[in-house]
Amino acid sequence: MTEKIATRQAYGEILPVLGKEYPDLVVMDADLSGSTKTAEFRKVFPERFFNMGIAEQNMYGQAAGLALSGKIVCASTFAMFASGRAFEIIRNSIGYTHANVKICATHAGITVGEDGASHQTFEDIALMRTIPGMTVINPSDAVSAKKLLRQAVEMEGPCYVRLGRAAVPVYYKEEDEIILGRGKQLRDGKDLTIIATGIMVPDAMAAAEKLAEEGVDARVIDIHTIKPLDEEIILKAAAETGAIVTAEEHSVIGGLGEAVAHTVVKKCPVKMAMVGQQDVFGESGKPDELRAKYHMTAEDIVKAAKDLA
Amino acid sequence: MNIKELELKATEVRCSIIRSLHAAGSGHPGGSLSAADIVTALYFDEMNVDPADPKMKGRDKLIFSKGHAGPAQYAALAVRGFFPEEELLTLRKMGSKFQGHPNMNYVPGIEMSTGSLGQGFSAAGGMALAGMLDGDPGRVYAILGDGELQEGLIWEAAMSAAHYKLDNLVGIVDHNGLQIDGRNDDVMTVMPIADKFRSFGWNVIEIDGHDMQQILDAFAAARACKGRPTMIVAETVKGKGVSFMEDQAGWHGKAPNDEQAEEALKELGELMEAQKKALTA
Repeated sequence: MTEKIATRQAYGEILPVLGKEYPDLVVMDADLSGSTKTAEFRKVFPERFFNMGIAEQNMYGQAAGLALSGKIVCASTFAMFASGRAFEIIRNSIGYTHANVKICATHAGITVGEDGASHQTFEDIALMRTIPGMTVINPSDAVSAKKLLRQAVEMEGPCYVRLGRAAVPVYYKEEDEIILGRGKQLRDGKDLTIIATGIMVPDAMAAAEKLAEEGVDARVIDIHTIKPLDEEIILKAAAETGAIVTAEEHSVIGGLGEAVAHTVVKKCPVKMAMVGQQDVFGESGKPDELRAKYHMTAEDIVKAAKDLA
Repeated sequence: MNIKELELKATEVRCSIIRSLHAAGSGHPGGSLSAADIVTALYFDEMNVDPADPKMKGRDKLIFSKGHAGPAQYAALAVRGFFPEEELLTLRKMGSKFQGHPNMNYVPGIEMSTGSLGQGFSAAGGMALAGMLDGDPGRVYAILGDGELQEGLIWEAAMSAAHYKLDNLVGIVDHNGLQIDGRNDDVMTVMPIADKFRSFGWNVIEIDGHDMQQILDAFAAARACKGRPTMIVAETVKGKGVSFMEDQAGWHGKAPNDEQAEEALKELGELMEAQKKALTA
């Protein structure tokens, strides 16, 4: 059976490693360090860890000040409060100044589960990708999360890194090359392309296998970097397969689906379907139950692909 | 520079504010003029800055959290020699580095892009935190509006600065009592300002924000205070120095027209002549 690890866990593991390599790295949290896993950094580098209390706006404001003074800042809270509550501070104090802050936001999407709708954000990718100069990353598993977090810390400028609460399958191998800003084709196919991001990537692969049994040859691409978007791999897929299904644990408004549509409509319009949260709030439940109810599973991708064909 | 010389500099700064806002045709004279003495004291006495090396290591930093009064900072930086004062005549115009609210990436000496209230103060706390971590001798100053204190972020930042014992951070509240819609007390009272910051764990100093000696003494007292950030609550007059603008909410966000600018500069010019005479006396 495939090993399962939450991407937030990967974040907690890579932080002390990066902290050792980068003396200027500081980490901030807003009273959720056990959940976001920044506590792993605090244990090793307490003098470079700042708990800002339950005050997300001030955390990102202070993160800007630290970054503009030469620090690399990873500032974490739940994705809901990072992207939502602190949006305008991130926009003006981090985005507009191009401060070197990595907004490492955990507990994104429906897989927050039992905490329910107040904590399940489907808007964060949409909000963050509208900020000029903001890099938006949504890793799909623990291995790619670590590789992308390292690249986020190594690059200059603001990043939003979307991480999850639930344990998800680890399917990348250490030797796999994951490059920030470049999509990863996981499976070739000629009939249509499934473009997935975050934890929907393994579901996209499962869907492609199911479709193959039914004679549909699906290409699968992991778009772990939503901004800057790898337009080349998307346009190539559009031209070669003629149809695209996007899959994301995020609202179909403003997320990966619309980013892909924006790209293909300009140069190579093709039929598209979008799997994701359909403009409704979530509710309490187990992550898998919720994914089934809100139509973010491999079966939903298969259905969308068939409807498109 | 002695007190009289600083007072003269403050008048030069006020003239520059009027000239740039008149050229811009829009902007915020009231809150720029009320902060003029404080900003002059900072750039000509208190702060360690070098116009030839605006990014000098270990420098002191000033953040105008009330970013709409950026013209006061622009004016003081120009008079201090960071850039030619004539450049300020491009204020708020297309292609100018002098944006309506300050942009740190365009203007030498501007340390933070501000304008959205509350955020400059929060970022100043982050800069002070970095300074503490690095053992940097530079101090961080933030000028706040009194209306700005209505922003919740101000109090989040006040709480964290006291928690982290940021004695390298000095806030100055430009307490002119007015905001866009009228008197603070009518819109949303912010009083008692000093008691609020005291209860948040700050060292609080109350002064007349147009008395140069009191301003300098307050900065000296802030330096002497260890283990706590300092908030200087400066009683000021909105529009100070231009009699027809003084204590008028209407001059919060309106530029002087040709006649008004001429009248304002005439009044400030007369003050400047008197200040020069007093210097040579």
